[in-house]
Amino acid sequence: MSVITKIGEWLDARVQLAAPIREAVEHPVPKNTASWWYVFGSAALVVFALQFVTGILLALVYVPSAGEAWSSLQALNHDVSLGWFIRALHGWGSNFMVAIVLIHMMQVFLFGAYKFPRELTWIVGVLLLLMTLGMAFTGQVLRFDQDAYWGLGIGASIASRVPVVGDAVVKLMLGGPIIAGATLSRFFALHVFVVPGLLIGFVCLHVLMVLKLGINEWPMPGRIVKRATYIGEYHELTKTDGAPFLPYAAWKDAFFAAGVLLAVTACAVYYGPFGPTGQPDPTIIQTVPKPDYFFLWLYAVLSLLPPSMETPALLIGPVVIIVALLLLPFLSGEGEKSWRRRPIAVMTVLLIAVALSTFTRLAEVAPWSPHMNAWSGDPIPQQMLKGTTALERQGALVFQAKQCRNCHALGDTGGERGPALDGVAVRLTQDQLIRQVIQGGGNMPAYGKNLSPAETTALVAFLQRLRPPGQAPATDASRGLVTNDGADRRPGGGR
Amino acid sequence: MSNETGISRRGLFMKIGILFNGVVATALAVPIVQYVASSISRSRANGYLSWVSLGRVGDFPEGETRLATFRNPFVTPTDGKTADTACWVRRIKDEQFQVFAVNCAHLGCPVRWFPQSGLFMCPCHGGAYYRDGSRASGPPERGLFEYPIKIEKGEITIHAGELPTPGSAEATPGRPGGTTAADKRSAALDSGCRGCGKPS
Repeated sequence: MSVITKIGEWLDARVQLAAPIREAVEHPVPKNTASWWYVFGSAALVVFALQFVTGILLALVYVPSAGEAWSSLQALNHDVSLGWFIRALHGWGSNFMVAIVLIHMMQVFLFGAYKFPRELTWIVGVLLLLMTLGMAFTGQVLRFDQDAYWGLGIGASIASRVPVVGDAVVKLMLGGPIIAGATLSRFFALHVFVVPGLLIGFVCLHVLMVLKLGINEWPMPGRIVKRATYIGEYHELTKTDGAPFLPYAAWKDAFFAAGVLLAVTACAVYYGPFGPTGQPDPTIIQTVPKPDYFFLWLYAVLSLLPPSMETPALLIGPVVIIVALLLLPFLSGEGEKSWRRRPIAVMTVLLIAVALSTFTRLAEVAPWSPHMNAWSGDPIPQQMLKGTTALERQGALVFQAKQCRNCHALGDTGGERGPALDGVAVRLTQDQLIRQVIQGGGNMPAYGKNLSPAETTALVAFLQRLRPPGQAPATDASRGLVTNDGADRRPGGGR
Repeated sequence: MSNETGISRRGLFMKIGILFNGVVATALAVPIVQYVASSISRSRANGYLSWVSLGRVGDFPEGETRLATFRNPFVTPTDGKTADTACWVRRIKDEQFQVFAVNCAHLGCPVRWFPQSGLFMCPCHGGAYYRDGSRASGPPERGLFEYPIKIEKGEITIHAGELPTPGSAEATPGRPGGTTAADKRSAALDSGCRGCGKPS
C-alpha cells in the first residue's frame, strides 16, 4: 500500500467524507441529461471559484480607501508583476459569470426544471442571480474611478426616490452624506465579505438540492409533471435508463468549464483589465460616466422612459420582476416541461433577450447623450459652406458657437439627441425654423434669450441652405398670398 | 419528577438557555443597529450641513457662471479627493448669486456649463437647464439643485455638506436643492429678495 493511500485512509478514518462524496458524484442520473445543455450550472460554479481566488489575490495589493484605491489599482496595472493580468482575469471572470448565470437560468426555464419538486432550487437560483448582479455592481464600485464615483451618484439618486425613507437609504448606502471614504469601505465589505458569504452558502444549498432531488430529466413533449406521481417516475427513470453522474455526464461539464476558463484567460490576455478610468475626483466634471456592460440596458431604459414613469418604474419594476421570478414555480409547478409545448415561455425568453440586447446596443451608442465636444471638435462639412453668402456663413458660425452641434448632426457627425439637420430646410419653413430656435419645444431648449435677433437671422439663413441638391425648401403655401410680394417663393427669401 | 407536566428539568433549562440567549442577542442588537444606522441618525441633528465659503464675491465676474470647488464640511480621514466638491456659481449682479450643484437633477451626473448657448448640459441622459437653473429639456423633472447662500464679510458662503439627490430635496426643504430654481424665481418676483435668482 502506497504512502498516499495510507495517508488518505488515515484522514478518512477521521473526517469520514470519502463515502458520501463518492455517493454524491456517482449518483445515478437519467442518461439523456448527459447533454451539452446541462453544463452551464457547473461552469458558473467554476467561474465563481476563479473569482474567489483572483479576488483574494487582488486583495493582497488593493487598498479600500477612497484616497488610495485608485492609486493601488494603478500600481496593480503597472508596478506589480502580472497585477494587470489578475485584474483582467477578475474583470473578465465577472462578465463571464453574469453571462453564464443568465444562460443557465434561461436553460432551466426552457427545460421546465423549475417545476415540482425543484421549486426551491429555482428560488435559490434567483437569489444567486441577484447576488451575482450585486457582486458585479459592488465590484464596479471597488474599481474606484470616475465611472464608479458617478455610478454611485446614480445609485444614490435612484435610492433617494423611495418614498419617506429615501434620504435615510441614501445615507445608509453611502455611509455618510456624500460619496467618500465610508462609501468605498462599505462596498468593500459587501463585495468581499457579505455577498460572497451569502453566495457560498446559497451555492451549497443549490447544489445540495440538485443532488437530493436529482438533475432534471430531458423534457419530452407530452411527459406531464404531476405532483402525485413525478418523484416515483423520476426514480424509475434513473433506474431503468440511468448512469452514474461521474464519469457518464461529468466529462462534458469538465470540458466546458475548462473551455470557459480558457476563454476568460484569452480575453484577459488580449483585452487586458478594465480601467480604472480617471481619478475619482468630483471636481473633475469633464466626464461621461457609463455603467459596466451588464447594466448598460438599465442606462438606456433610464434615458428612454418618460420622466413621469421613471420613479414608479425604478421602484416598482424590480420588485415586480423579482416577485414574478420567485412565484414562477408555484404558478406553473406542474404540466409540460418541454419548450416544444410551451410557446409562451419561448416567446418570453425571446422577448427578454431581444429587449435586453436592443437596450444594450442603444446604450453603447447613447443617441440621447449630447456630444459634449462636437461644437468645438466637428467642423461643418465644406460642401455645406460652398457658395454661401456672408450672412449664411455667419449663421454657420453661430451654429457651431452656440453648441447646436452637440445635439444635432451635420454630415453624420455631431450629437444625435436632436434630429440631424442635413435636410432641415425641406422639413421646416423659415417661420417654423425661427419659432423652433427661439421657443424650443419637442425636447429642445429655447434659445430666444441667448441669441440676438441678428444671430437668429443669420442662423436661420444658414439652416435654410441645408437641403439635398435638387430639393425645394419648405415654404408656407399661403405666405405669398398674404404678403402679396411673391418674394418668398425664392429659396431662402422673405427677409 | 415532572413527568406529569411533560417538562423535564433539563428541558426547562434548555428553554431558559434559549430565552437567555434571546435576551442577550436583543441587548446586543441595540448597539449594533445604532452602529449600522449611525450614518443616518447623525443627519437628524443637522450634523452634516454647514456654511462653507466659496471665495470672495469679487472672484466671480458679474453676469458669468463659474465652477467653484469647496471641501465638504464633513470629512473622514480616508476621503481623499472625494470630499472635494464642485458647484456652479452664477453671479447675476452685485450680491445677487445663484449656486447650483453640479449633480443633474435626473440621476446625479455632472452637468457642464456652456456660456455661449447659456445652457447647462448633462452628458448622461441629455438633461439641459437654462442659465437660471430651470429645466430646459430632457429627462429631469425639475431644475438644478440650488444651495442656500449667504454673503458674509465679502465672501459668498453656501449651506452644503450632503450629496443633493431628488429624494433629499423633496424630503427636506432648506437642504441643497430644497427649492427649485422655479420656486426661487417666483419668490424673487414676489419679494425681490436678495440673493434669489431672477429670470435672465
